[in-house]
Amino acid sequence: MNTTTVSAAPVLHAGQTIRRADRRLGVFMLAPALLYITLLVALPFLLALFLSLTNSSAGSLEFSFVGLQNFKNVVASPVFRRALRNTFVFTFVSQAAVMVLGNVLARALMRPFFGKTLARFVILMPWAAPISLATLGWLWIFDSTFSVINWLLKVVGWLGPGQWYYWLGDTTLGMVAIITIHVWRMLPFSTVILLAGLTSIPNEVREASAIDGAGTLARIFQIEIPMMRPILTVAVLFGVVFTFTDMSVVYLLTRGGPYNSTHVLASLAFQDGVLGGDVGRGAAVAIFLVPVLVVLAIVMLRSSRRAEVV
Amino acid sequence: MAARSVARRAAGTVVHRATIVFFLAFAVFPFYWMVVTSFKQNADLYVGATNVAHNPFIFNLPPTLDHLRILFGQTLYLTWLRNTLVVGLLVVGITLLLAVPAGYSLARLTGRWGERLSIGIFLTYLVPSTLLFIPFSRLVSLLGLQNSLWSLVIIYPTFTVPFCTWLLMGFFKGLPKEIEESAMVDGCSRAGAIWRIVLPLAVPGLLTVVIFALTLVIQEFVYSLTFISSVQRMTVSVGVPVALVRGDVYYWGSLMAACLVTSVPIAIVYSFFLDRFIAGFTVGAIK
Repeated sequence: MNTTTVSAAPVLHAGQTIRRADRRLGVFMLAPALLYITLLVALPFLLALFLSLTNSSAGSLEFSFVGLQNFKNVVASPVFRRALRNTFVFTFVSQAAVMVLGNVLARALMRPFFGKTLARFVILMPWAAPISLATLGWLWIFDSTFSVINWLLKVVGWLGPGQWYYWLGDTTLGMVAIITIHVWRMLPFSTVILLAGLTSIPNEVREASAIDGAGTLARIFQIEIPMMRPILTVAVLFGVVFTFTDMSVVYLLTRGGPYNSTHVLASLAFQDGVLGGDVGRGAAVAIFLVPVLVVLAIVMLRSSRRAEVV
Repeated sequence: MAARSVARRAAGTVVHRATIVFFLAFAVFPFYWMVVTSFKQNADLYVGATNVAHNPFIFNLPPTLDHLRILFGQTLYLTWLRNTLVVGLLVVGITLLLAVPAGYSLARLTGRWGERLSIGIFLTYLVPSTLLFIPFSRLVSLLGLQNSLWSLVIIYPTFTVPFCTWLLMGFFKGLPKEIEESAMVDGCSRAGAIWRIVLPLAVPGLLTVVIFALTLVIQEFVYSLTFISSVQRMTVSVGVPVALVRGDVYYWGSLMAACLVTSVPIAIVYSFFLDRFIAGFTVGAIK
């Protein structure tokens, strides 16, 4: 009895010291990254909350607390309400389109065909290109005088003599243009994620469903899409995050115009907070991004936990 | 019956081909348009879409290199490219210094609480630049770094470090533990085992992180637009859309050439590493 404890102790002790040294090393190796993230993500995030409660402006470092005044002003402004609505419309419509098109495209890419590698590369290009430069390309496509889309519409007879589309000078057309770019840009990202999900479904599942007499549509909607739910969630979540928080497309394409009718929260925050110099107000506008991001983060955490458990 | 199934399969193939062609056309059209615009003579370029007889998809006049010559000779494009690369390399360095040890630590040394922490770190990747640029603009002016590339060097790791830590953690977890353990049995310290055994094995993962951080830096627009105001110090993604446009005059030929010359190399490099990035996004959702 006595001997067993004695013989067990050194082993246990040795195990503990290695662990303790490892843990110390672990903390030491993690500390710089953690410190950096705390200082330059967490603190600025809190600073954004703080600034939204002040009348801070770009010119001076002096400010005083104004409570919720910025939020009151912002909510009362029609431009802000329009921007809030646009942000949701752009995100929802473009992500819905991306999900439908992405599923179709991912399925098409599952089948072997000649030139598949090249096709995959080309389909990926919109996601890899810098967003500001890609938007510039679209700006030229939607140009008021030289728009190639208008030329095509003229040729096929959609636009009669004297008829013309001013893509970026009209609220509805401007919104269509912005959504088109978001779809164009996010489609490759979602497709590649969905493709990874599709390839992870074992072939036996497809064979078994065929033996059981399930048609193609039944297989897609009742077997494959439910099986792909975690991966669909990932694609939607990231798609929403990237679209919801983006300001480059709106800023470069329409500058929020005509008459501030195509702004999104992010571009309005930039206009008010940086160009307009009203830091408090800009911060207040940007804070409206937070609730949606928090919801998304919670959904993401939940789904990652579920994936670990199952 | 057999004829019907053959016909159906043929129809399926046609639909499949048509689908692929449609999506390829959608994806590639803006790039095709950049190519055409970059090499067209101005007389061919600025005709106006009301002229139905003038087909804008083809070269109606012989192609020209004028726009490229202007871009490289008379604009600051090369300066912007250099600025971007300088910032990019510094950011890559900082990212590696912070993310490699953190990734290894989370994969091997921290156990249960490390797992939770890693998800927390990943979530910081979701905090968007459009929320942080306002507080950062305060910090940058406090530090006196307005209009300096150093502001970007300090701030860009806020989006590279979280994602790269996450990517590297996954990568280190994929390496067998026994490799370091056997090195440590042979008398190596943990730090020595990491340096001599683990890092050489992790080169593909490190390369992914380098490429990823570099492409993110080249793509970044919001911070660069906010903090850099003088044209000489701009990065490519801001210089081209902001400073190549003089007043209200757009030099579309040079503009599209700049977009093309910048985008295509990134797209090529990116496509090689794509599968690893996607693996980073989908950890947990696929098994």
